[in-house]
Amino acid sequence: MTLHHKQEDKPNQSKSSDKASGPMSGQVFDVVVVGAGVVGCAIARRFTLEGAQVAVVEKATDILDGASKANSAILHTGFDAPTGSVEVSCIREGYREYLEIHNNLALPLENSGAYVVAWNDNEVAALEAIVGQGHANGIADVSIIDTVELRRKEPELSQQALAAVAVPGESIIDPWSAPYAYLRQSLLNGGEVFLSCEVTGGNFDGQKWQLQTTHGTLNTRHVINCAGLYGDLLDRKILGSSDFDIKPRKGQFVVYDKAAAKLVNSIILPVPTGRTKGVVVCRTVFGNVLVGPTAEDQESRSDACTDEDALRALIASGTSKVPALENMPVTAVYAGLRPATEYKDYQIDAKPKRNWITVGGIRSTGLSGALGIARYVFKLYSDLGSKHAPVHSPKNPKAAALAQNMQRDWQRKNHGDVICHCELVTEREIQQALSGPLEARSLSGLKRQTRVTMGRCQGFYCSARLTELTEGHFDTPLSYEIGKSGRDHD
Amino acid sequence: MTDQNFPSTEQFDVVVIGGGPAGLSAATQLKRQGVANVIVLEREPDAGGIPRHCGHFGFGMREFKRILTGPQYAAKLVKEALRAGVAIHTSTTVVEANEHGTLRVATKQGVRKINARRIIYATGIRETPRSARLISGCRPLGVMNTGALQSMIYLKNRKPFKHPVIVGTELVSFSAIMTCRHANIKPVAMIDELPHVTARWPSSLFPRLVGVPLHLETRLVRIIGEKQVSAVVVENAEGQRRELKCDGIILTGKFTPEASLGRSGHLAVDPATGGPVVDQYGRCSDPVYFATGNVLRPVETAGWCWNEGRQTASWVKDDLAGKLSGSEAHLRIGIKSPVIKYVVPQQISVPDLSTGMENLQLRFMQRARGELIARNASGDFMKWQLRVAPERRVLIPISDLGLTAQTHIQNNNDEIELCFKQSPQ
Repeated sequence: MTLHHKQEDKPNQSKSSDKASGPMSGQVFDVVVVGAGVVGCAIARRFTLEGAQVAVVEKATDILDGASKANSAILHTGFDAPTGSVEVSCIREGYREYLEIHNNLALPLENSGAYVVAWNDNEVAALEAIVGQGHANGIADVSIIDTVELRRKEPELSQQALAAVAVPGESIIDPWSAPYAYLRQSLLNGGEVFLSCEVTGGNFDGQKWQLQTTHGTLNTRHVINCAGLYGDLLDRKILGSSDFDIKPRKGQFVVYDKAAAKLVNSIILPVPTGRTKGVVVCRTVFGNVLVGPTAEDQESRSDACTDEDALRALIASGTSKVPALENMPVTAVYAGLRPATEYKDYQIDAKPKRNWITVGGIRSTGLSGALGIARYVFKLYSDLGSKHAPVHSPKNPKAAALAQNMQRDWQRKNHGDVICHCELVTEREIQQALSGPLEARSLSGLKRQTRVTMGRCQGFYCSARLTELTEGHFDTPLSYEIGKSGRDHD
Repeated sequence: MTDQNFPSTEQFDVVVIGGGPAGLSAATQLKRQGVANVIVLEREPDAGGIPRHCGHFGFGMREFKRILTGPQYAAKLVKEALRAGVAIHTSTTVVEANEHGTLRVATKQGVRKINARRIIYATGIRETPRSARLISGCRPLGVMNTGALQSMIYLKNRKPFKHPVIVGTELVSFSAIMTCRHANIKPVAMIDELPHVTARWPSSLFPRLVGVPLHLETRLVRIIGEKQVSAVVVENAEGQRRELKCDGIILTGKFTPEASLGRSGHLAVDPATGGPVVDQYGRCSDPVYFATGNVLRPVETAGWCWNEGRQTASWVKDDLAGKLSGSEAHLRIGIKSPVIKYVVPQQISVPDLSTGMENLQLRFMQRARGELIARNASGDFMKWQLRVAPERRVLIPISDLGLTAQTHIQNNNDEIELCFKQSPQ
């Protein structure tokens, strides 16, 4: 697949930035979306399809570099979201649209189902209320099942499980190929993206915004703040105040080897506490098993460190639920930050007098809710009076097939060679991810696009070939040629 | 060097998975002993295994009576195999190993299904990466295993950092120092949580010789750095922590067999070794499969693996000729001591004890002196006085166990238990 970007000399491709004028100076966009997380990507797609001229600006070299880089990769039905909330309506709408479009965009979807498992009498007593909430949220097939049925579905589950709520609609998806596809669809149908581009200031003249960025000025009629972990800061910087405070919440995860996938068929959810969904054990579409997240409030918006004690606690938690995990090797560990706020619900708010919409506090259901949030935000925008003609028969990009049950590139001919043996990533897949308007400019970006080095050896076998293939592509290179001057060491 | 085009045949006598020292020597020996149709499947673009990127000397004494560098040694193994008539298929990945000797194979030309009368599993070993070690901290660039560093430096002439910290003091850790010197990388320290160097003397003298500060009883507790590693936090035996400035981390050793093909498939895997469960012929839980070399256990030298491959070849040849006894009746070797890390083989098939591995291979978790005791249902029946240390090879002659063709196996739960009684200090 190739993507042609109409603006060839866009800032992320020009090595010297021209701050005074630059390629953006003449054009006035209908909408600038600040932040290319899953929500920003979905909003860019929706607005593009509805006919608006859209630009996405992202301060990182690669998209999905904030909250969206780490989550539990589940497409939730919304059964346990607060009834009547904006969140539940966005999740339900997002779920519906994902099912509608995933075939067109070649996005994976495995309808694994979920079980909310009760491990003690108090939790058993709480199951009725969970079913009630599911029904109130419009998910009719949520029901209580006994241990016999539960064990039939999940034979490796610990004998300590007492009962469960079955949620047949819960599904597993690829947390990165989906947002990449949303943004690619925007780009294919006229949208634009500016990477390594941070918004530094802005002026509104009553008609349009002049947004100052690290790569020049962008003119736009409307701004949509999808800055995630930095959403409150952006509102404060440009508008002078924010309606909420981001309270970053770290979630750590443990990923087990693919051999563990035979131990878990579905998504094993705990009975939630008031504060979080709790630790989930689930299979991934890539054929691993994932245990997490933790929920740790912290000040830093960027520090996604992992912690040995927390990881050991997750392993203990996973093993207590699925005892056979004990002998399974850990493949990867990671941590993500969720943009929680002092409020439970999403903080989506339009400022009509300033042509500004803030989409904040999408704390843990952004992947499930994104497509619904995009529709919700477009409605808010339309209510402000803007009218566009929707794109007639929009073009559909095809996502790279990375899920285990899809036909992977290594199964086709002429893929070059298998570079990453653990995840079976081909040379052709890597080359594709290193080209086009969303070309990987960092190892983490390349990982999200291809899964390279995300397997059990974590680069033991493929680092050398990878460093060669990526030469000249990354802002922080993986290596230097021996004999030439290396990096400075402080 | 090797044939890239996969043959159109679907049926082979023996397929060897993995073209390292063990796999190549097994295949070479099979051909020399007259087995007709033997192929090696290697997923890398070149066969030779780990020695391909060990650019220093120290290989070949046992096999070729010469001291070679890793790449010279790997090339020689490949040459010998080709000369013996082995077909080596590189860039060829076995993605599934199934029952009845059926393999699903990915090649550059697409996916193939092939069949073999016997399959030799020789996929080798790798070091444990940062993730599985659960090391705390951020995840910047510059954290890697020795193997990745060596392949970058020796195969691609590139280096990822200039001033790394080396974690571990196994043999490979000293190989990491040599690799660094080759690329003008200056390690700022070598650390190990143990109170002593794991590798044997004289390796232990080496860091001092080349001016790398060695810190024992020192644990890596945290990695610091945004894009690239900028420092590590280490902790000493007293619990005092300090920061060491560095721009990379070499995580050495803590080897683990690359046994995922078996683990994801149908073969029994021993949690202690991380490799397949085998009997004294290296025969796996599915008797069509044999395992040899470092996939059996962490970790042995290339020369040892080469020799194991040769031996395995003769047992596989015997098995093809119907001369090997079945694996249905076997005695398990169980570990009943926290000091013992693992034992290979994990079971002994009876009654035929005339061939097969000569020794039980053991490793221990810590330094200790004491008595290794073999026990069966009727009590302790054999004792060995031992001095052991982590990662040191301990060999116990299987003949010491006094098994005979008449040894009666009641059922496959019959077990010889290995215990260890430490001497008072």
